[in-house]
Amino acid sequence: MTAQPQSQTSPTRKRAAALISGGLDSMLAAKVVLDQGVDVEGVNFFTGFCVEGHTHAIRRKDRSREKRNNALWVAEQLGIKLHIVDVIDEYKEIVLNPKHGYGANLNPCLDCKIFMVNKALVTDVLGRGYDFVITGEVVGQRPKSQRADTMPLIAQESGAGDRLLRPLCAHNLPPTLPEREGWVDRAKLYGFHGRDRKPQMALAHSFGFTDYAQPAGGCCFLTDESYAGKLADLWSSRGVRDYDFDDIMLLKVGRHIRPASHYKLIVGREEGENNFLAGYRKRFVHLTTLSHTGPLTLVDGAPDTDDLILSARITARYSQGRNADEVSVEVHHLSGAVEELRVTPLSPTELEPAWQVGA
Amino acid sequence: MTAVHTLDVRGLLCPLPVIRTQNRVRDLEDGEVLEVVASDPGVLHDIPAWCRIHGHRVLACDERENDILFRIEVARG
Repeated sequence: MTAQPQSQTSPTRKRAAALISGGLDSMLAAKVVLDQGVDVEGVNFFTGFCVEGHTHAIRRKDRSREKRNNALWVAEQLGIKLHIVDVIDEYKEIVLNPKHGYGANLNPCLDCKIFMVNKALVTDVLGRGYDFVITGEVVGQRPKSQRADTMPLIAQESGAGDRLLRPLCAHNLPPTLPEREGWVDRAKLYGFHGRDRKPQMALAHSFGFTDYAQPAGGCCFLTDESYAGKLADLWSSRGVRDYDFDDIMLLKVGRHIRPASHYKLIVGREEGENNFLAGYRKRFVHLTTLSHTGPLTLVDGAPDTDDLILSARITARYSQGRNADEVSVEVHHLSGAVEELRVTPLSPTELEPAWQVGA
Repeated sequence: MTAVHTLDVRGLLCPLPVIRTQNRVRDLEDGEVLEVVASDPGVLHDIPAWCRIHGHRVLACDERENDILFRIEVARG
């Protein structure tokens, strides 16, 4: 059925879902449509790979920063509701088997956008019955998902079709249903394209937005080369492409050192990370230093006695006793037994560069 | 008497405490109170922000050792 145009005085305002990442583009896209009298609600998907939140909370050095959730902040600035949807489990299929492949690292950006647009509008995961969906995409801005040839694919494969509106680059695309039906005025949308950020910054300025987030590496860990390297190593060492939530959390924390294929060390880099890793100590063989202040090290895999000696030497290497002749290290076995080892800290030259996962 | 519900999100890092709170509040009636106990300091910012956006009232926020306790009054309307 074709939707009927709404007059300015219509009591039935059209309702739109705006995908809100917490960044500037999605904020502007929502604002542009909101200002046209549409009832806009924000939707934010938590995949488990989001850069925000977790890592800020884990690392002690980040604790002095304001712990603002940018998606919530954007919603509050715009005066709209924000629904945060946990898609950790469902998102796994997108990460493991992206139909359209990966970007530069393990980022399945195209499949991700198709998934989120579908969830918000077509599957209607929130049961809100939105009339259309808004994204902050800009033609030519991203090499994988925001190209002239892939943007129609998102509309098509998500099932949203012409109910997917990209207000920031609408003039570069055919009119969508909300434009044709007069729910929004196409003349008040934009024709941004390419990687130049100046038009967005100028629009932000015109709205009076100054304190918006501009994450340098994007909002997803899967776009990060080091993180993707750790995830690929996880799959390779286990012989299976799979993960659970704890796996992807632990990849965000510590130094990851794999001296051999059958085990890997996760060495806390500072107090906050040590505290976080301590939450996993009952599930892993772990090491702590006795004679000197040092890290907590989790051992993932099946280390033998020699491996544990090397693990102790590596742990000592990252302790305050790194230059001492001997460091006392405790090995906490899964049985609960605790063994003390006195070891010489590994020297920098003994630490093989190839052991450093994701470095 | 106002019904008081409880939610324990200790050990979860943001935004999961907010998501759990949001999902629990969805099932509550106007005027009911939800007590949330969390451990991630991120909730000190995120839960009040989420409440402001949705019109719910934060009745109290107390920090006790490693726990952070919120009392939230649900508002519908």
